[in-house]
Amino acid sequence: MAGGAGELSLSPARIAGGVALALVVALCLGTLLPLVLAAEPGRGIGPADRAAIRFTLFQATLSAGLSVLLAIPVARALARRRFPGREALVTLLGAPFLLPTIVAVLGLIAIWGRSGLASRALGLAGLGPLDVYGLGGVLLGHVFFNLPLVTRMLLQGWGAIPAEHWRLAAQLGMGPGAVFRHLEGPMLREVLPGAFLLVFLLCSTSFAVVLALGGGPAASTVELAIYQALRFDFDLGRAALLGLVQFAICLVLAAGLLALGRQAGFGQGLGGPVARHDAARPLARAIDAGAILFAAAFLLLPLGAVVVRGLPALIAGLPAQVWPALRVSLSVAVPSALLSLALALALAGLVTSVRRGLLAEALTLMGLAASPFVIGTGLFLVLNPLVNPFALAIPVTLLVNAVMSLPFAMRVMVPAMRRAREDYGRLADSLGMSGVSRFRLAVWPALRRPAGFAGGIAAALSMGDLGVIALFADPETATLPLTMYRLMGAYRMEAAAGTALLLLLLSLALFWIFDRGGRWLDRA
Amino acid sequence: MIVLETLVLQQGDFRLEADCRFREGAVTALIGPSGAGKSTLLSAIAGFLAPARGRVLIGGEDMTGRAPADRPVTMLFQEHNLFPHLRVWQNVGLGLDARLRLDRAQRAEVDAALAEVGLAGTGERRPAELSGGQRQRVALARALLRRKPVLLLDEPFAALGPALRTEMLALVAGIAERERMSVLMVTHMPGDARAIAAETALVAEGRVAPPRPTGPMLDAPEGALAAYLGAAG
Repeated sequence: MAGGAGELSLSPARIAGGVALALVVALCLGTLLPLVLAAEPGRGIGPADRAAIRFTLFQATLSAGLSVLLAIPVARALARRRFPGREALVTLLGAPFLLPTIVAVLGLIAIWGRSGLASRALGLAGLGPLDVYGLGGVLLGHVFFNLPLVTRMLLQGWGAIPAEHWRLAAQLGMGPGAVFRHLEGPMLREVLPGAFLLVFLLCSTSFAVVLALGGGPAASTVELAIYQALRFDFDLGRAALLGLVQFAICLVLAAGLLALGRQAGFGQGLGGPVARHDAARPLARAIDAGAILFAAAFLLLPLGAVVVRGLPALIAGLPAQVWPALRVSLSVAVPSALLSLALALALAGLVTSVRRGLLAEALTLMGLAASPFVIGTGLFLVLNPLVNPFALAIPVTLLVNAVMSLPFAMRVMVPAMRRAREDYGRLADSLGMSGVSRFRLAVWPALRRPAGFAGGIAAALSMGDLGVIALFADPETATLPLTMYRLMGAYRMEAAAGTALLLLLLSLALFWIFDRGGRWLDRA
Repeated sequence: MIVLETLVLQQGDFRLEADCRFREGAVTALIGPSGAGKSTLLSAIAGFLAPARGRVLIGGEDMTGRAPADRPVTMLFQEHNLFPHLRVWQNVGLGLDARLRLDRAQRAEVDAALAEVGLAGTGERRPAELSGGQRQRVALARALLRRKPVLLLDEPFAALGPALRTEMLALVAGIAERERMSVLMVTHMPGDARAIAAETALVAEGRVAPPRPTGPMLDAPEGALAAYLGAAG
């Protein structure tokens, strides 16, 4: 932007951006201060905590490695094959993102648990049932969520290889080996480190999967240890120390991602396949068919199980505690999505008004790296002397959820805002448009659709979140995911399955309403 | 000789018909408005696009069903002709062996081809260290080594300045004449056609017109060609 009146007239937008920035930084970084004060470093890190740190890094390494290794053949198959249902499968790859974690866990147990589909199939072959709890379950959960994410990132990478290079390869008669060496290998070297680090980061802050599938102290992560220290031992010093450890882990990873200098993409990855002359051999076809069938079954079976098991329970009627929880969930998710959207809008305005994109990157990564438990623990320590923190469970959850979905909302809003500025910024400058009218007439129209989409993501994420609410909730207050987790803990699996289906439908409905709302505003 | 026999190319709503032949061992220009299908025609000859009907013959042989690598054709694209992670000599060497296992004699061939296009001593560089014109020279060196009788140019010099473009065209014309290559060249510039193409074919209105001698055709343009070139033609 070339200075002048337009630059000055941005000041209300800049103030909003500054306020949003201050709030986010205060929540993500400011909450560290009470942790530092409470941490009692003299006590050191005990053996149980050391084990939790080791397990956190160990499972995150394996989760990221497996997600990446399995995603490569799946993405390659999707990149070079056209088949009926391809578009649907690529869309399905986006679904786990909106799926409440605890719902996915229930679906995974229905397939991979002791009495699940896989165990029964093994039983027919005379083999013992599977035990899903422990390291295996944690990996299963993490791969379920991150295999689709990495696949989409890689699919984008394949799509970014110029069509000319495929034609060149065909003309030069390159076989699969040469194509891998000269086209796919270099692309993977670019994309994979970022994908691996991103998944590592997501898996090292994951809570619900470890809580529900970890199955005991042997598979306890730092996040879980914080939860236990606060919730069961009420050991604030230990929780604070663990919070700092968790923050340090995330900081290193985020710095790594920033150093790689690439956007941690959550992109669309929908680039159409190029005609491929190198993939006609029967072996390549068989491998691709296998990869596609594997991915489809791995993703669809648990989702199908949630529907098949949940539907009868939902029709038969859910336990009484579900309905108040539904009200709580909605009163968290909707305001949280709106808050997240407002923050994203203000921050997008701020980061696009400075020339460098680094601020946007750093903010996104800060949101990704911030652990809800670190923020929650910090808030807990601040609030504890003043009020009963458990009384503030709902506002705190709302606030933390809004910050947690901020990276994703910004991923959508920043490019839209940048486009709006590039397309109409100079025109608006030259017409002397400023302040509210500039926003209303020149900026907002270009943002309505992406805002609806971003709000939908934030609402679905908040609806399905089982994180900080577990830390703060008293027995009477619970969101839908927490209620579902409690039902599972009480072995009321029928009721849990019904609640899971309800939660799934509500998350998708919220996303749909926001997304449609954006489109409707755009048309009106 | 390249023969297009009742050829029909179809891509969604787009349709192009061709029924003509291009002279052997000569440069033929394809001229016409953007979107008329000049590049699509080259893609079909190179084997990247299967025709809806009709066939392509090169040197009397039917190309139907032949993979791009099995056709006697080299195509130069507007950009992305080189792999950015490979050195210049490797990019050229791909023309001899796609797995890049070159013996000493082949390495010498690569160096000779580079010298031929005026890039002696640049073998160890990477494409990013070269200018746009130099990069297309590397691609031309690879085309030389491939020794295919047909060279298809999909505007590889369009992004270069006028002086450089003229120089590159002269280089191509010299190589084509010496190697007895048949060249099909897509261009927007009547001047380019005049410079090196003995004959020119108009691609417009869904049809490839049979090629005619370039000079007379451009001196007295008619119909769609006149519309394309403008009144001043």
